[in-house]
Amino acid sequence: MTQGCGAISRRDVLKTSAAGAAIAGSLGTGSVAMAQAEPNAPPTAAVRMKVNGKQTSLTLDTRTTLLDALREHLKLTGTKKGCDHGQCGACTVIVNGRRINSCLTLAVMHEGDEVTTIEGLGTVGDLHPMQAAFVEHDGFQCGYCTPGQICSAVAVLEEIRAGIPSHVTEDIGAAPGMTTLEMRERMSGNICRCGAYSNIAEAMAQVAGVKA
Amino acid sequence: MKFDTPAGTNPIDRMTVVGKPTPRIDGPLKVSGAAPYAYEHHDVPGKPAYGYVLGAAVAKGTIRSIDTARAQRAPGVLAVVTYRNAGKLGKGQMNTAKLLAGPDVQHYHQAVAVVVAETFEQARSAAAMIDVDYARTDGAFDLLAAKDGAKEQGGNDAPTAVGDFQGAFASSPVQLDQNYTTPDQSHAMMEPMATIAAWEGEKLTVWTSNQMVNWSLKDLAATLQMPVENVRLISPYIGGGFGGKLFLRSDALMASLGARAAKRPVKVALQRPLMANNATHRPSTIQRIRLGCGRDGKIAAIGHESWSGDLEGGGLEVAVQQTKLLYAGANRMTAMRLAVLDLPEGNAMRAPGEAPGLMALEIAMDEMAEKLGMDPVAFRVLNDTQVDPEKPDRAFSQRNLVRCLQDGATRFGWSRRKGPGQVRDGRWLVGMGVAAAFRNNLNMKSGARVRLDGQGTVTVETDMTDIGTGTYTIMAQTAAEMLGVPLAKVVVKLGDSSFPVSAGSGGQWGANSSTAGLYAACVKLREAIVEKLGFGPGEAVFEGGQVHVGNRSADIARAAKSGEIVAEDSIEFGDLDKKFQQSTFGAHFVEAAVDRYTGEARVRRMLAVCAAGRILNPTAARSQVIGAMTMGVGGALMEELAVDKRFGFFVNHDLAGYEVPVHADIPHQEVIFIDEADDKVSPMKAKGVGELGLCGVGAAVANAVYNATGVRVRDYPITLDKYLDRLGEVA
Repeated sequence: MTQGCGAISRRDVLKTSAAGAAIAGSLGTGSVAMAQAEPNAPPTAAVRMKVNGKQTSLTLDTRTTLLDALREHLKLTGTKKGCDHGQCGACTVIVNGRRINSCLTLAVMHEGDEVTTIEGLGTVGDLHPMQAAFVEHDGFQCGYCTPGQICSAVAVLEEIRAGIPSHVTEDIGAAPGMTTLEMRERMSGNICRCGAYSNIAEAMAQVAGVKA
Repeated sequence: MKFDTPAGTNPIDRMTVVGKPTPRIDGPLKVSGAAPYAYEHHDVPGKPAYGYVLGAAVAKGTIRSIDTARAQRAPGVLAVVTYRNAGKLGKGQMNTAKLLAGPDVQHYHQAVAVVVAETFEQARSAAAMIDVDYARTDGAFDLLAAKDGAKEQGGNDAPTAVGDFQGAFASSPVQLDQNYTTPDQSHAMMEPMATIAAWEGEKLTVWTSNQMVNWSLKDLAATLQMPVENVRLISPYIGGGFGGKLFLRSDALMASLGARAAKRPVKVALQRPLMANNATHRPSTIQRIRLGCGRDGKIAAIGHESWSGDLEGGGLEVAVQQTKLLYAGANRMTAMRLAVLDLPEGNAMRAPGEAPGLMALEIAMDEMAEKLGMDPVAFRVLNDTQVDPEKPDRAFSQRNLVRCLQDGATRFGWSRRKGPGQVRDGRWLVGMGVAAAFRNNLNMKSGARVRLDGQGTVTVETDMTDIGTGTYTIMAQTAAEMLGVPLAKVVVKLGDSSFPVSAGSGGQWGANSSTAGLYAACVKLREAIVEKLGFGPGEAVFEGGQVHVGNRSADIARAAKSGEIVAEDSIEFGDLDKKFQQSTFGAHFVEAAVDRYTGEARVRRMLAVCAAGRILNPTAARSQVIGAMTMGVGGALMEELAVDKRFGFFVNHDLAGYEVPVHADIPHQEVIFIDEADDKVSPMKAKGVGELGLCGVGAAVANAVYNATGVRVRDYPITLDKYLDRLGEVA
């Protein structure tokens, strides 16, 4: 199965001009030799993404998730792996302005995409207002779900502002309210086992400029 | 420092830093993704390879054969380790089951192999190529079926009896005799077990995620049968534990074995679907509670029995613990029985014993109050005791349960509570519930080292851990208070076995014990500073970055101008916990609403009032309590590891199947701390809150659901399938 998929992927990747050019540039004879010596060798592909405003070029095993590309290849370990199955939200990043579970998407699907991780929102010395609000309201304990919560929180406020309805929006024809009910509903894909939800709601309300 | 007499006045009592709501000093690191968790250390020598763990596919049996040939030939694979090539292994003192199966398999998903490869994807792929042939044998997987064969245990777990329980119960005019069950539960911490292991010759370093550095250091050495001084364990940030990371687990062992075989550092994160069965869980219980009361509401007889199961050689879920101490009553009994089950290893999860015990006892108290026609708060207040009811000459060091209940009732608007099923809000049935919270205070020996440099910076070093509890911050507060320096001048280094051995994080002993150990080290440092400054005898005052003795003063930094001053000490606890019963108390109030058409249960309001000694950092302590309240809602309404009784494993072994509360489930939560300082527990006069916050919450939710609906459910979790048919006709 690996072999079959590999053959298709390699061919398909080489057909696309931009990725093909990158692959041609990055795959040396060594890689080809390895593929011959090991017929099961995994196919690789090149992908270019703008991560936290910085252009990056990676050649990856095509099975690599966006999450592992960030954590293991770019050493951006602020994004967390809690379940690797899209169940916990710890890996949430913002891609082209929308939040996604980075464990549920392959890195090679993000050619040309703009990815923002927790490291791109703010740094220790220059926190994003949402990061600062999480510290102020103690919106975390162990901190492991926190980068995902913060990326989600930032994107959730944008989603509400953009008028995207949720399960709790009473009138999906009208603009959803900037309420903690809306925020709690939309944040529910981000599990916090330490149970900081009540404090996260306060942090988000503060950033949104509404009452918790 | 030996703590064997009640604490007098000391520098902590100033409470200029300690006791102030203080944002976490590690907060900016955590919110920016810069705090390195176990799998994320970039300073490991060499490029780590990736390990992927294969779990056993049977619950009990033997491995007839393992064929690893295909896996070993797979691209990128550096090593495959199974019991056949792991070398001789021992077993850690704290482990019940072995961490590597073979040839026998003791539980489902017990680690069978680790595949080490250049990349994660290669290791995962190759792990699927291992062919294991198991001979499956029958096992016992059903607690109810094994109940009658369960056996009493000795020591602290032995049955207790005071007075004449049977006679007093039989002659009580108002009786309650009910059974309750709590299910197996999973810690489900967000960071899975994870370790990077690196060998340099005979020396092993592991970067891991562990609550108890010294326990696990010793158990890793014991398992690998190597001298403990050749192992270093580093655990500075821990993505949640809740008891699941108290012990050495398979990630650390498999990473160590993999690294030795591959001659490379190896990183292993236990895959989420392995967590529930490979690691430990809170065992399920069957509990029987009998209460006998006079018509005046006074308890004459109180009996609590509990049955739980574990692997051979394992232990009890000590669910009757609180019943020995919580309420008065002259005639009492408790008993616990342990069945041998072949489910994964049962062990401590947040508030072991009291969490499931109070889930049962505090429903029973609610039921009894109703039988008596009494208010549940008044019934509990009436049966308060200020002494250990089993040994009445032994007083509590401090006990403010009544105040927690009464202040909470006022704050919550308890007087508006009506009878069962009487309050409606549209389609919702609305009710209120209360439960007492109780958890013993435990003290553990704890050490720390503290350094002062020429810039006046104070550095704290201890192997203590911060599992989200706020240890970094309370340690900094303690050092700042003791040495009279601003919080910003304190650096706290935790979770490294090369630092002094601490209490570690467990049993809600961490905050009090570890800060008390630091207090002891700071007392020594203060003496060394005064001596260095040549200030001679007299009472020293450390404040504002200055040291004063009599009319002599100096900047604290001056003492270290010619070289760093280092002091190390530990706190050791005498028998004050024998002379006085040391416990923490609280009251939980919950308002719940149940949809009368669908049976959906929602928690609308929550309040906890806690009496737990001095609160070192109200910000972090409050977070501990709201987090515990959240876990309590999970325990009440959704959390259950579903047992496959045919094949012996937990079926819902991931975060989709094992449901825990999410944002939408939790309302605003309120926490009040009673202003206390308990001089019998430590110089810090503090106790624990992290587990107290969970104790009783489940029952408060259960009682609120009952008050809303008039339907009593005694089997947790309270899911709608257990009461929907009893909600009655809907108009």
